[in-house]
Amino acid sequence: MNQVVDLATVARPKLSHLDVLEAEAIHILREVANECQRPALLFSGGKDSIVLLRLAEKAFRPAGFPFPLLHIDTGHNFPEVIEFRDRRAAELGETLIVRTLDQSIAKGRIRLKHADETRNPYQSITLLDAIEEFGFDACIGGARRDEEKARAKERIFSFRDEFGQWDPKDQRPELWDLYNTRVNAGEHMRVFPISNWTELDIWQYIAREELSVPSIYFSHARPIVRRNGQLVPLSELVAAREGETIETVPVRFRTVGDMTCTCPVESLAASYEEIVRETAVTRITERGATRMDDQTSEASMELRKKEGYF
Amino acid sequence: MGANDTFLAREVGLLRFITAGSVDDGKSTLIGRLLFDSKGIFEDQLSAIERASLRRGKGEMDLSLLTDGLQAEREQGITIDVAYRYFSTPRRKFIIADSPGHEQYTRNMVTAASTASLAVILIDARNGIVTQTRRHAYIARLLGIPHLVFAINKMDLVDYSEAVFHRLQRELAEFAERAGIADAYYVPISALQGDNVVDQTERMPWYDGPTLLELLEDIEVERDLTELPLRFPVQGVLRPAAGADRSLADFRGYAGRVESGVVAVGDKVTVLPSGATTRVKAIHTHGRNLEAAVAPQSVALLLEDQIDISRGDLIVKGDAQPTLAREFAANLCWLSATPLDPARKYLLKHTTRTVKTLITGIDHRVDIHTLAKEPGPDRLAVNDIGRVRLKVQHPLALDPYEANRATGSFILIDETTNNTVAAGMVEHG
Repeated sequence: MNQVVDLATVARPKLSHLDVLEAEAIHILREVANECQRPALLFSGGKDSIVLLRLAEKAFRPAGFPFPLLHIDTGHNFPEVIEFRDRRAAELGETLIVRTLDQSIAKGRIRLKHADETRNPYQSITLLDAIEEFGFDACIGGARRDEEKARAKERIFSFRDEFGQWDPKDQRPELWDLYNTRVNAGEHMRVFPISNWTELDIWQYIAREELSVPSIYFSHARPIVRRNGQLVPLSELVAAREGETIETVPVRFRTVGDMTCTCPVESLAASYEEIVRETAVTRITERGATRMDDQTSEASMELRKKEGYF
Repeated sequence: MGANDTFLAREVGLLRFITAGSVDDGKSTLIGRLLFDSKGIFEDQLSAIERASLRRGKGEMDLSLLTDGLQAEREQGITIDVAYRYFSTPRRKFIIADSPGHEQYTRNMVTAASTASLAVILIDARNGIVTQTRRHAYIARLLGIPHLVFAINKMDLVDYSEAVFHRLQRELAEFAERAGIADAYYVPISALQGDNVVDQTERMPWYDGPTLLELLEDIEVERDLTELPLRFPVQGVLRPAAGADRSLADFRGYAGRVESGVVAVGDKVTVLPSGATTRVKAIHTHGRNLEAAVAPQSVALLLEDQIDISRGDLIVKGDAQPTLAREFAANLCWLSATPLDPARKYLLKHTTRTVKTLITGIDHRVDIHTLAKEPGPDRLAVNDIGRVRLKVQHPLALDPYEANRATGSFILIDETTNNTVAAGMVEHG
């Protein structure tokens, strides 16, 4: 069966791990675009979704994206990230849909227990409402399997029932690159094209592609307090508690979620290369260093995902 | 670490592999060792495992807690599903698809194996080849994994005996030859002690071969796909919106992935099933055009002639063309709790084409313990492997799975539940 290919006449590029991961993600994006009726791409302005946008350019240019961008805004995002989100969508000339938790609160869909409660878990409600409003049958997200142990088990095409729920015990087997994209009305898929990327891969790719990212990913001076081994950033939403000492230290964010539950790490890394080097030798996972809400129990991510979380 | 962080920060190759072996063979310990010694485990993950091990009343750290990601798995102390783990060395990035070893999870091993280029099969040096070994090697072979590494583990429990290793190596080599495994390797290790996993050990001076990690770094996998004939399933057509840019008015790019082989500008290609031929005018990627693309790159092909091409078509070149067939034989691994029902129609997804299919006959079912073929079963149930005959609604461009995984594989979908119910491997057209 093997045919002898005359390689003398063609320059055969040797593919790196980034090339292979990129090719896989482009293939997945094109499967979504061609098999799903109304997909959307979740874009938050964070590094993983920035990579997704570059992959979408590679999958579909010179044509436009076959899906709008969708952001679920808690209203507690870092201003630098929101500014970046709007700018990037405009540069690409693509449609950006924003749905906010404040809208859901006004409609009575979300009732906060108290005003300064972390809004992170409530995003699921606004997201599911947006999916219903627009009739999306696939939401493309930037989640990675290396982030968290429940995610390590999740499919690339991950089925959600009509309640938006994930059933980890009854996932569709996923073989080769043959994705089963079928859903009935009211159900949808979450699709994770960069499932197999690690935090290091993301930064190497951002560096290679020279993608711009919100400034808070780079080292900057910020007032913080030290709480439970994490650096808690102070803002109009988060104040120092009694007995805590406010320090201003050079930090950068490894992940840019809700301001009330996302912590930076101490860092002097001010360039892509420095971030790549730091990521290559870090001994703490991305979520471990930065997410207060993942520490509550062994299964906090799995429980949130079952309820419809990203 | 100085030199090492520079190495870790650069671009390297990629290897996907699976590990097979039961819990008792030390699979979790081996993965834990590989991850730990190559920095693939982080401190907060380790401390979480430590806390959980203590809570569960386990004296020593239980590394399986690292891979058992679901609440139900931790509650029941079993691995249910495939977990993916990642680590890198200065030479390669690795993706481990870790699946449970027990026979009721055959479907999970099949799933994990479908994307792997290499399998590490663990053997307990005290027990040698057991039923599980045969089953794991059989599945690895059936799923077309080109490279097999037999890791003879627990050498510390047989006093690092050269005689034991050589006897097992001889038995395994005979077994591999009978099973049709072309590329097999043998390495004596102790996952618990770390002998020959990452670093060479002094405890087996008689072994001068590579360590397990050295093998994983060195075995050539890149050419497995590029040396095959070109197979380019069309995923869709890229056409810029009218009026956007006049220079792009005629742009028509056939988007897809080079599943195997090489495609270069100027190549004469054939489109299946129509059989129309044309030449490659350009290979488009965002930002730059390529002279040639190789598997597994995702690109868009621009062709010389305007011919009717759409999703589901297959672009090929050269003499070794796939067979267009409406009836063919295939090996199936049944994945669903609901058994195969020959009276029903299923959906079959092959490359980027989905068609209706009937299963017209079940030739045999493989006894997963003895690997004997039981002729003429009336059904296939979950975890069963067997050979069936299929008849599809429209002709498919098929290669035998042995010759090409991309054009020889398919899945079956139950139209009423939308579940993926079987994995199929074409035997002949």
